[in-house]
Amino acid sequence: MTDTTLVGWRGWLLDAAPSSRRQARLGRWYRAWMAFRRNGLAMTGLGVVLALVLMALIAPLVADPATANLQVLEDRLQPWSAQHWFGTDELGRDILVRILFGARITLTIVALVSLIVVPIGLAIGLPAGYFGGWIDAVLMRITDIFLSFPRLVLALAFAAALGPGIENAVIAISLTTWPPYARLARAETLTRRRAEFIEAAELQGASHLRILLTQIVPLCLPSVIIRLTLDMAGIILTAAGLGFLGLGAQPPAAEWGAMVSSGRQVLLDQWWVATIPGIAIFITSLGFNLLGDGLRDVADSRSA
Amino acid sequence: MSEAPLLDVRNLRVTYPSDEGDFVAVRDISFTLGRERLGIVGESGSGKSTTGRAIMGLVAEPGRVEAEELKLGDTDLLNLDEKGFRQIRGKRVAMILQDPKYSLDPVMSVGHQIAETHRCHFGSNAKAAKAAALEMLSAVHIRDPERVYALFPHQVSGGMGQRVMIAMMLIAGPDLLIADEPTSALDVTVQHQVLAIMDDLVRRRGMGLILISHNLHLVSAFCDRVLVMYGGRVVETCVASELATARHPYTRGLLASLPELGRRRAELPQLQRDPAWALEAT
Amino acid sequence: MISLEHVSVSYGSGTYRIKAASDVSFEVAEGEAFGLVGESGSGKSTVLRAIAGLIPHAEGRVALNSQEMQGRRTKAERKMVQMVFQDPYGSLHPNQTVDQTLAMPIAIHALGNADRRVAATLREVGLGPEHRYRYPHQLSGGQRQRVAIARALILEPRILLLDEPTSALDVSVQAEILNLLARLRRDLGLTALMVSHDLAVIAHLCERIAVMSHGEVIEITTAEALSSGRVTHPYTRQLLRSNRGFDRSGAEIVEAAS
Repeated sequence: MTDTTLVGWRGWLLDAAPSSRRQARLGRWYRAWMAFRRNGLAMTGLGVVLALVLMALIAPLVADPATANLQVLEDRLQPWSAQHWFGTDELGRDILVRILFGARITLTIVALVSLIVVPIGLAIGLPAGYFGGWIDAVLMRITDIFLSFPRLVLALAFAAALGPGIENAVIAISLTTWPPYARLARAETLTRRRAEFIEAAELQGASHLRILLTQIVPLCLPSVIIRLTLDMAGIILTAAGLGFLGLGAQPPAAEWGAMVSSGRQVLLDQWWVATIPGIAIFITSLGFNLLGDGLRDVADSRSA
Repeated sequence: MSEAPLLDVRNLRVTYPSDEGDFVAVRDISFTLGRERLGIVGESGSGKSTTGRAIMGLVAEPGRVEAEELKLGDTDLLNLDEKGFRQIRGKRVAMILQDPKYSLDPVMSVGHQIAETHRCHFGSNAKAAKAAALEMLSAVHIRDPERVYALFPHQVSGGMGQRVMIAMMLIAGPDLLIADEPTSALDVTVQHQVLAIMDDLVRRRGMGLILISHNLHLVSAFCDRVLVMYGGRVVETCVASELATARHPYTRGLLASLPELGRRRAELPQLQRDPAWALEAT
Repeated sequence: MISLEHVSVSYGSGTYRIKAASDVSFEVAEGEAFGLVGESGSGKSTVLRAIAGLIPHAEGRVALNSQEMQGRRTKAERKMVQMVFQDPYGSLHPNQTVDQTLAMPIAIHALGNADRRVAATLREVGLGPEHRYRYPHQLSGGQRQRVAIARALILEPRILLLDEPTSALDVSVQAEILNLLARLRRDLGLTALMVSHDLAVIAHLCERIAVMSHGEVIEITTAEALSSGRVTHPYTRQLLRSNRGFDRSGAEIVEAAS
């Protein structure tokens, strides 16, 4: 076997005999990163997602928030120029700036949905898989009920009931997105339930809660996170769809879906007004998909 | 025995490249096999299973198989492409794996799987294939072949599953059978039955057999010759019956460390590994 | 120390009811090493798990250290008996370091001095600080099994249950682990109950041995008797013969039904 002597922080991370929990954990992450790095498409996906985050962060630094909504009617429907890199929309607003601020809204929706959906999914799926019996039956029937709603229709119903707006859009999307995660958590739990290390934990007197939190959750998280990343595209599209229908972020907020919608009337002559936010949606969704695929490849190869 | 050997292996090397450097699973081993029973014994990581897979062309990418000579009869295995391998697998060389639970297709009846092998190699029609399959099931001493033909893998016990595997692998009449831990997943009494059946068939058909196992005693009782592998190398070659007088310290150490019924020792001698063993030439 | 009376374990119901163990009774004195040998499906692992308290629906009476065990075990009852499982790959959590695996029982029972205890137990099983923060996939089979033994010992139990502790290990590692178990048993005065299908391994470690088949105890004998072939039951005799190794002349080709 060839010997590769590693020095510096790489050597510390890849040390075969770590001397602290932190070193061990960081080493593990680094090895996973090394595996991830090899996948070109996955790195592209990661790049896109990071770009999205960057855009969202620098938006207020690059442009005054007011300019996103600044209507200069004399300049409306202009193609790209030195002053407006992506042109202007039907109200004379700079499209590039609106794309940047739209990124913030997209990111907000994605983050909020994730924060709601993952804990709920785990909280319902884990006990269902772990305890079985009537607990499983009840929880799964509840899950089935929510699963049977088509996402957009429920979102529309919510918007109609509660009124349009980002918060309600987030709630509506979350309510229809969590069921698959509960199912996934339940499936993973069922698979691991009979593992010997779970029996060993029982043997030591661990309570059910301790076993669920310390033993089973770490096993479920990778697949849940991968699923979430792959779902992001769908979430973004649903949010854009709601925006398109006027039920998400309300004007004059610069939400990508709403931008596509309002650009419909001028689609044939000033195509950039609708198409550019459309491209932004497309690239972002694609990025998340590639990232999710890459993560899944890494997870599969590590468990193989 | 002036005929050409059934299998000629010279300086076989199997390498798996990885992030952290190349891993050499099999290092320049050489042996020949006639129509006899050869046992390859070793522990995990010794390279014994990889050797078997290299002969079958089953070393998955990115693994690399290199050798000075790797011939089955007069077929050069080294430069054979996937299509070529598909033609010889089953027909000239066959492999039996450890657990029939995993090596049999769970959604097809066992008889159907055996018949399918026949159809694949001989292009026979369904009736002829079924008849051949039934004949094979009798050959592995299954008393009620018609009934067993229709069973699914999960309905069949371990020992019987292995016999089905043997039937499936031998139906096309290969010259060489490679058995990779064929009895490790079975109970001791069943192990002997399965081995006896293999022994019977191999002898009657004049086949060569390579038995890969970690069980020294089993291999020495069953085979004619034994190769002991360690760290990818062959450290000992001997006639099976003379294993007790093995010379290499690894083999001797291994034999000594096994608990024996009838010989009570307070402490078992532990094998002391010498790093030099991994570097020696055959 | 261990007393079983008419212990039975069944799974399923109606036509699919399987009796994994039926009417098993035996006793193990304190400090003794007792073996359970049999083929797969004999019920030996089931009996072990019933003693460990992993089968709450087991029938019959199980008493440990003269205390009868009923239903779900308390923490104090669990502390008394620990088990080493067969598969070193499956009995350690893949995402936890050795340190975390060993620290959990200490935390559950609030024993304190976690750092010192973990280090001491690792030393006791022949591992060092360089293994402490590794993950299971970074350890060899023998090392993993040592960690499993360390985990069993860290609660200082009186009874150690061993479920085929060396069957999944390489032959050369088997001797190390068997020696380690024999030494620990001696040094710590443990009562040991070991399950295996390998007669030689059982006879090496245990003094008294129960032979099981199809859920029942066929015979209780001693290692001495087994070694010299003085056994009464024909099934035991058959087991002995099989363990002797493959014998071409003696292997009958039996046409078995499935």
